[in-house]
Amino acid sequence: MKYEAVIGLEVHAQMLTDSKIFCGCSTKFGSEPNTQTCPVCIGMPGALPVLNKRALEFAIRTGLATNCKISNYSRFARKNYFYPDLPKGYQISQYELPICEHGYIEIVVDSEIKKIGITRIHMEEDAGKNIHEGAGNYSFVDLNRAGVPLMEIVSEPDIRTPKEAAEYMKKLRAILRCLGVCDGNMEQGSLRCDANVSIRPVGQKEYSIRAEVKNINSFKFVEKALEYEIKRQIKVVEEGRKVIQETRLWDSDKGVTESMRSKEEAHDYRYFPEPDLVPITVEQEWIDEINASLPELPDAKSKRFVSEYGLPEYDADLLTSEKTLAEWFEAAVEAGGQPKAVANWIMGELTKLLNEENKSIEECQLKPKQLAEMLKLMDKGTISGKIAKAVFEEMYRTGKDAETIVKEKGLVQISDELAIEKAIDEVISKNPKEVERFKAGDEKLLGFFVGQIMKLTKGKANPQIVNEMLRKKLL
Amino acid sequence: MELYRLSISEAKELLDKRKITAKELLNSIYQRIESVDSKVKAFVTLSKEKAYEMADASQKQIDEGRSLPLHGIPVAIKDNMCTKGIRTTCSSKILADFIPPYESAVTSRLNENGYVLIGKTNLDEFAMGSSTENSGFFTTRNPWDIERIPGGSSGGSAAAVAADECIAALGSDTGGSIRQPAALCGVVGLKPTYGRVSRYGLVAFASSLDQIGPITKNVKDSAILLNIISGKDPFDSTSAPVAVPDFTKVLGNEIEGLKIGIPKEYFIKGMDREIEESVKTAIKKLESLGAIPVEISLPHTEYAVATYYVLATSEASSNLARYDGVKYGFRAAGKDLMEMYMNTRAQGFGAEVKRRIILGTYALSSGYYDAYYKKAQQARTLIKTDFEKAFNSVDMIVTPTSPTAAFKSGEKTEDPLQMYLSDIFTISINLAGIPAISLPCGFTSNNLPIGLQIIGKHFDEESILKAAYAYEQSTDWHKRKPNL
Repeated sequence: MKYEAVIGLEVHAQMLTDSKIFCGCSTKFGSEPNTQTCPVCIGMPGALPVLNKRALEFAIRTGLATNCKISNYSRFARKNYFYPDLPKGYQISQYELPICEHGYIEIVVDSEIKKIGITRIHMEEDAGKNIHEGAGNYSFVDLNRAGVPLMEIVSEPDIRTPKEAAEYMKKLRAILRCLGVCDGNMEQGSLRCDANVSIRPVGQKEYSIRAEVKNINSFKFVEKALEYEIKRQIKVVEEGRKVIQETRLWDSDKGVTESMRSKEEAHDYRYFPEPDLVPITVEQEWIDEINASLPELPDAKSKRFVSEYGLPEYDADLLTSEKTLAEWFEAAVEAGGQPKAVANWIMGELTKLLNEENKSIEECQLKPKQLAEMLKLMDKGTISGKIAKAVFEEMYRTGKDAETIVKEKGLVQISDELAIEKAIDEVISKNPKEVERFKAGDEKLLGFFVGQIMKLTKGKANPQIVNEMLRKKLL
Repeated sequence: MELYRLSISEAKELLDKRKITAKELLNSIYQRIESVDSKVKAFVTLSKEKAYEMADASQKQIDEGRSLPLHGIPVAIKDNMCTKGIRTTCSSKILADFIPPYESAVTSRLNENGYVLIGKTNLDEFAMGSSTENSGFFTTRNPWDIERIPGGSSGGSAAAVAADECIAALGSDTGGSIRQPAALCGVVGLKPTYGRVSRYGLVAFASSLDQIGPITKNVKDSAILLNIISGKDPFDSTSAPVAVPDFTKVLGNEIEGLKIGIPKEYFIKGMDREIEESVKTAIKKLESLGAIPVEISLPHTEYAVATYYVLATSEASSNLARYDGVKYGFRAAGKDLMEMYMNTRAQGFGAEVKRRIILGTYALSSGYYDAYYKKAQQARTLIKTDFEKAFNSVDMIVTPTSPTAAFKSGEKTEDPLQMYLSDIFTISINLAGIPAISLPCGFTSNNLPIGLQIIGKHFDEESILKAAYAYEQSTDWHKRKPNL
């Protein structure tokens, strides 16, 4: 039998606000334990929460960018459970009336656009962190993270393949980063993903029993964890057993999901409206204001890159997946670079060099204008494409301009026909046998001659001229 | 002169005229405590050292002519309001050694007005009870008869005011916890409109019902304290951005033509005869002052106690989750985390607190939520609407505060339901979020005080203070003092 998977994702995104969601403590990452705490986020008796308006604004921004309906009346709720990293014994979250509902985002899989529904986006506070290392018989609790604002973004069960899930995550991350509401770092935990997964025979309409997969803590594991879980469920069904409703943890070392708790062991969170916070009423005027201030989103930008710069969709999608990448591209084009050439250099050499050093484009000392200048040198024939690669890498490492590098290293292309003819003659006289074979019809040898000439001219000969002259001489 | 007998306004006048010093007044208070508190047992903690520092600071301001409304006035605070550096226990073993690192909003405001904190008063553990018998430490006694309870949960504050162990006090009221003990101790207790006073730093029992208010020797002092503690607080989102008038301004105004509603559901067959008579006589008195009594109906009154005990316990079950032995307060040993949690809460909380946590947890559980919590919210709306409708035709509502006068210690401890009925006349007011004041309106044949409750419209504390003052000034009940 053929099966298809039904997947819904619950994504937790840490908001990039300066202060926590219900108090004025800093959200800075990596400080000494418990130095960013106060009576409110530590859960002191009598302390009360007050909503950070910035967090609300970020949630609304995200809702608008994902085509959600923004609720004019929304409410916080308490989610009750005991855990040492949860100082109040409940998490302030949203339950019945979330701030955003009924949205969608579009992904492209196999050149087809697919809409993935967003059920809801709600605000909540993060918990602290339990630390078990170096404590002997005890554990430590660090509450610096307690109260950091989160958004929970819940998708509809519209995702059918692990690939679609990965594309959804990529698109969502691009949107969050473009909005500046989350840095999207899965490894550091500022973006977390839980997946609800079930399988059903192709053609079946009803959903089957699902399992929740937690702890998918890296982008590269989204697909892997889901692939594993789908295979596991198919195997269970084919062996005549039943998939049970449970929570499973992804173990990236072993590459498997393992049962954490069954439905019977599931918590009863006893949600009820948070009486310490008044319901949130949002004026339409403010929503409109936020809407007007939204930046150009990745999808719109990608479409514009296709129409305005004539880029292929693939290039446009890639360049618009990161706001900073898109900005870099546009700056280089603005400085006179031919769009497709600029795109090729960014997606090729630049990405390769950045990846080698695990750097982001913001950390790159090479400026867009410098790429544009280098492309001009190529157009003028001052340097060849081959030399350009070396020049580009030098620009990337030193931050020097292409022209300076070309001068310093004497890399100016030889376009002087006399000089090239001299080199050709030398190569021909040194390789009479190859000349014979070529004349007899072995066309492949042309590459050999070009290589020898380039070697002789230290790569500086203009390859186009070399090709033309060589053919004339040999035929 | 027995300085401890003074009211706020009397003491203030003597202080400002430099006839007495803040230190003399404080000495007198501590001497009084010394001589009577072994009988009354109103205080959990005395903050003597801090009090003398505050009195000195006050005196300096008075001497330099910068006297503020509370400079030099010794005030007692119910021990569920956080006082920085001074133990705040909620009369619970689980917080027996808890010293808050921060100040509650109300005590901050008292501080800004120069008050002298003399100590923290006893209460039913986490304000859950009507007699202070649920205190994790000891029971406070009624100054009028130390065999009897002072009411609760602000029993310590009410008894301290009645016994002249302070000039005034603050209490908190979730279902009657200011008004009922004020009635049983023969003093004035005011529960302001929900949102009038910041709850920041008040250890939460039931967040949507809790409200702090003054317990005082007379109505004027009540208005003076309310002036200081009222107003929007940026640290409490549920505090209301409503303008605060000078509540003392209306005192002495005529009550001619005021319509006072008498709800028939509050005068029922079988109620205590002496209470009924006193309250009816008080209504006559108000009538003689020009008020017009109107019979009204609050038809959903009978659901108030049940509604309250679902909502208050639901909120409490969540509010008290933070006492888990992890961060502060009492921690019992255990072989693992779960056992530590269970031992800490089993040993740290008293029976009534545990009973309410269990009730509330049950009411919020999946499968029961709709039948209990949600239904109770709907009933709460109906009760609120009852009052809104009534206030279309009357300016205020008058009822007894408590169905009985002070009962004997131990009389109701075995029967929680009977104990819950102590708040039958006060609970609806919290559910509706409106203000109400209790003031003395007579005595039983056993010489026990009886309280009159005057209920007002949202944010209309002025009207009930005006009526209460007019009544008080035409009677002598507030002048009587217990023999201690």
